[in-house]
Amino acid sequence: MKILAVCGSGLGTSFMVEMNINQILEELGVTGVEVSHSDLSSATPDDADVFFLAKDIAEGGAHLGEVVVMDSIIDMDELRTKVKQVLEKKGLI
Amino acid sequence: MQTLIDILSQPAILVALIALIGLMAQKRNMSDTVKGTTKTFVGFLVISAGAGILETALVPFGAMFEQAFNVTGVVPNNEAIVALALSEYGTNTALIMFFGMIVNILIARFTRFKYIFLTGHHTLYLAAMLAVIMAVAGFNTVGLIAAGSVALGIVMTLSPAILQPFMRQLTGNDNVALGHFSAVGYAASALVGKLFKSSKENSTENINFPKGLGFLRDSTVSIALTMIIMYVIVALFAGATYIENELSGGTNFLVFSLIQAGRFAAGVFIILSGVRLVLSEIVPAFKGISTKLVPNAKPALDVPIIYPYAPNAVLIGFFASFLGGIFSMVIMIFTGGVIILPGVVPHFFTGAAAGVFGNATGGFKGSVIGSFVNGVVISFLPVFLMPVLGDLGFANTTFSDADFGVSGIFFGSLANYAGPIAITISLIVILALMAIPVKKQKAETK
Repeated sequence: MKILAVCGSGLGTSFMVEMNINQILEELGVTGVEVSHSDLSSATPDDADVFFLAKDIAEGGAHLGEVVVMDSIIDMDELRTKVKQVLEKKGLI
Repeated sequence: MQTLIDILSQPAILVALIALIGLMAQKRNMSDTVKGTTKTFVGFLVISAGAGILETALVPFGAMFEQAFNVTGVVPNNEAIVALALSEYGTNTALIMFFGMIVNILIARFTRFKYIFLTGHHTLYLAAMLAVIMAVAGFNTVGLIAAGSVALGIVMTLSPAILQPFMRQLTGNDNVALGHFSAVGYAASALVGKLFKSSKENSTENINFPKGLGFLRDSTVSIALTMIIMYVIVALFAGATYIENELSGGTNFLVFSLIQAGRFAAGVFIILSGVRLVLSEIVPAFKGISTKLVPNAKPALDVPIIYPYAPNAVLIGFFASFLGGIFSMVIMIFTGGVIILPGVVPHFFTGAAAGVFGNATGGFKGSVIGSFVNGVVISFLPVFLMPVLGDLGFANTTFSDADFGVSGIFFGSLANYAGPIAITISLIVILALMAIPVKKQKAETK
């Protein structure tokens, strides 16, 4: 499975979210999930199975398919809950 | 020996080595290490490729602007100026970035400033600017890297520090800091907002604001659109005859302008991909090492983390800041000299943040006027920054965000007065000042 974190310029925010998702995956002991980050322009629905984006660009990323919208991009608890939901849905935990 | 020097003077190889060291320090497996090192190596070469494309789009723009208005027009864009700087100062930039991050960790470890600056692209951009300024100041190679690294480490710590009082007010806690080198503009906005303290309750978030401008957050779209508008306006003033005879080789002047504007956006797009590749291993390594070495570190993160606190203020701030940019441009037209054109990207990202801070201290009025001030600040700083950048001061593009201007002007003017000695003394004094309050604070708590 592949997760892509997306933000406006694909430099800072999405990168931070990627690192946080990796940390959560490690905590949960889940392997085999590839996480990377990208800007909104380059991201296409083929790039990943699930896309994580912040609330403020959710509108611009609606075309990506399976999108998880984060209310706060610095709230680790929210991210943990949402990553868990995705993993459960995909049958990985 | 000569081979060794050849290897180390190739910035692409140097950043790859830095990534390699980072990966080995984290004890990553063979496959990750090879992958990360190679990606960093290629990423640096991608940046140079983007710089080439961007330059071919900027040169005709500069020529057209001069023909049309008889003055130099500058579009501030960090990616553009950094890519140009890296072609000449790449090695020094890579070393300043590497040692600057170490200085940041040391300052966070041993002083009360616990900020670890994690916005890697801004670290890279500031390293490039300092490499240029220290070279212009007349340092030798070792001195240049030492002074540049210490200066970078100091700015990486102080930029989040000056904003932290406002971050506490905004987020309600002290765990996260803002790592974006436009802090001076944001602090100005927050302070202006304070003047409207009484109307703080009248927040931007009470307004029902129209949506639908979200596409501006997509940097490729906003860069392409603004460059098309600017290029076409300048082309109309420069005239078809001039462009078709001198620049386009006979192609219709508007078609030529449209393509050049698109090429500018294409260049930035490529540079951004390169920056992403270069940083993808270095930033996690920096993060991992700093959390181990600095207890209670406060991560300073990229600017969009504060946007969700006031989504309306993000848009209001952008407009007000952009208006500030246009207002400043009109003043520059009357006063003569260089003209700084308002770029949508810096006004969007920094204006938005200024709007959020202004709203936090002064509600709607604070947001509008604070962002307007931010727009004026980021328009006028480049005017004074460009003269200290040596040859790069004539590049038709420059650093856009406020802290680049403030720190660049600070070190550049010191160099003009007394060269490397003045810079060295000032760095030592700043470090000493940062170290002192620790003892004081400890004495107080006892």
